[in-house]
Amino acid sequence: METHTPLLKVDQVGIRFGGLKAVADVNMKLYPGELVGLIGPNGAGKTTFFNLLTGVYVPTDGKIFFKGENIRKQPPYKITKKGISRTFQNIRLFEELSVIDNVKVAYHSLAKHSILSSILRLPNHFSGEKEMEEKALEFLKLFNLDQFRDDKAKNLPYGQQRRLEIARALAANPELLLLDEPAAGMNPKETAQLMDLIAFIREKFNLTVLLIEHDMSLVMGVCERIYVLDHGQLIAHGTPEEIRNHPKVIEAYLGEEVS
Amino acid sequence: MIKLKQTKGFWLSILFAFALFTIVQIVISSALINFYIVNIIMTMGIYIILAVSLHLIIGITGQFSIGHAGFLAVGAYTSAVFTMKLGQPLLIGLIAGGLAAAIAGMLIGIPSLRLKGDYLAIATLGFGEIVRITFFNIDYIGGPSGMMVSQLTTWPWVFGCMLLTILVIRNFTNSTHGRACISVREDEIAADAMGINTTYYKVVAFLIGSFFAGVGGALWAHNFYIIQPSQFGFLKSFDILIFVVLGGLGSMSGAVIAAILLTLVSMLLTEYPETRMVIYSLILIITMLYRPRGLLGTKEVTSLFTNRRNKKGGPKDGNTHTVA
Repeated sequence: METHTPLLKVDQVGIRFGGLKAVADVNMKLYPGELVGLIGPNGAGKTTFFNLLTGVYVPTDGKIFFKGENIRKQPPYKITKKGISRTFQNIRLFEELSVIDNVKVAYHSLAKHSILSSILRLPNHFSGEKEMEEKALEFLKLFNLDQFRDDKAKNLPYGQQRRLEIARALAANPELLLLDEPAAGMNPKETAQLMDLIAFIREKFNLTVLLIEHDMSLVMGVCERIYVLDHGQLIAHGTPEEIRNHPKVIEAYLGEEVS
Repeated sequence: MIKLKQTKGFWLSILFAFALFTIVQIVISSALINFYIVNIIMTMGIYIILAVSLHLIIGITGQFSIGHAGFLAVGAYTSAVFTMKLGQPLLIGLIAGGLAAAIAGMLIGIPSLRLKGDYLAIATLGFGEIVRITFFNIDYIGGPSGMMVSQLTTWPWVFGCMLLTILVIRNFTNSTHGRACISVREDEIAADAMGINTTYYKVVAFLIGSFFAGVGGALWAHNFYIIQPSQFGFLKSFDILIFVVLGGLGSMSGAVIAAILLTLVSMLLTEYPETRMVIYSLILIITMLYRPRGLLGTKEVTSLFTNRRNKKGGPKDGNTHTVA
């Protein structure tokens, strides 16, 4: 696997908020097709790191290469178009929009009809909208969400909202999917279903996945490699087996050993 | 099936619009009603244009702009200059008024749309006041004493512009571009993460909204014989804002209904000048207490009919059903 060029290469990336170094000197390489975990105690900077990758924050130091191109100063919508898509720790659906419209928003950048042709209702408005509708419906079926297609997103049960958020992120047609604690608030059964779903989409869409997760058993079970973040810095990196026995990781999670 | 239903609704709306136009036109030309009521009808139409254009900015795109009277003023003065000073026909005045307001919308929009919520509100409020003070100090257009304008606005003009505003904004809203705007309203960070250029869509909404506010301003200018900067103060902005909020944020038909009802109420109350504003305010307070999300919430009038017909599973409205 290491023979490929990396899909994502993070080079000495960091961000300071005033005097606070939220993330510092992070190096990371993701290769096509990998499922990599990112763990760390609360406040370690995991979500901040996602925000750096997706352009919500601009890193104060370092470079981020996606498919060989430095995306450090790109706005989020451009980064999404280049092929990085994400979900959020606190679900961020378009609550008042219907389930199908949530997915259609992700298809927006593929729209062939202009604002003018929509206003004038030119033929390519209708064909464009119809194409989106069909694609979105097909997508919902894939995730067993088509039964809810006309319901408002906010009225879905919690587990389905998570599912919809993942579906919506995938509709944006990413090569790299960033999942921010997708199992948060789920019971063990739902978590197991979620893991099946992640395995399924990975296969189906040829994805590379970076996963933030608190549930250690889950991360250890599915990830091929794991990065550990603490106080904004990478403290360890390796296979689940290596991470499990890494002294620094144990220290970060359980505290220092009393000598 | 769905397509048939849509076309049926389409023809029904055309029929309704035509009937409305003809009836009002006949009533006006047969002199059944006095000048005062004709004036009220015109005002109503102009208020609908303003309410619908602000609805696109606040209700759909979620940008809390309270300087709409500024765009109204820009449209009014520009069109008046074109018709009165340059001797152009009303049509040119309307287009010029709309374009000038759209340019003003873009100029204020690009820097200030990076602001959010309260800050945007204050910036747009400031814009409205700047416009008013600027016109106040330009002698060419009469300064504080205002500018005389001939009465050119007629029912066909008002109706045509009203229809155009509603159609354009409806078509825009019911497309992927409208959904992009709604996604900005719902969650800007998520919209950005879905590949929506949020700044672009905010500016577009501002542009279209201010264009029609300018057209409304042009009609306004040619309806009252005189325009003065004092007519376009922030209270005017709030009047328009009230239509949008009372009708239900996100509902175009709500904005239209609120504009009609409140203009009517305001007209009926002119007979009691000493208590007029008290009663008007009471009506607003009571409405908001009983319908906190506005008259129609986020729904449209048309959805009230279609929802009843195909009631198939799943709660449609978050007000009545809560999902744990």
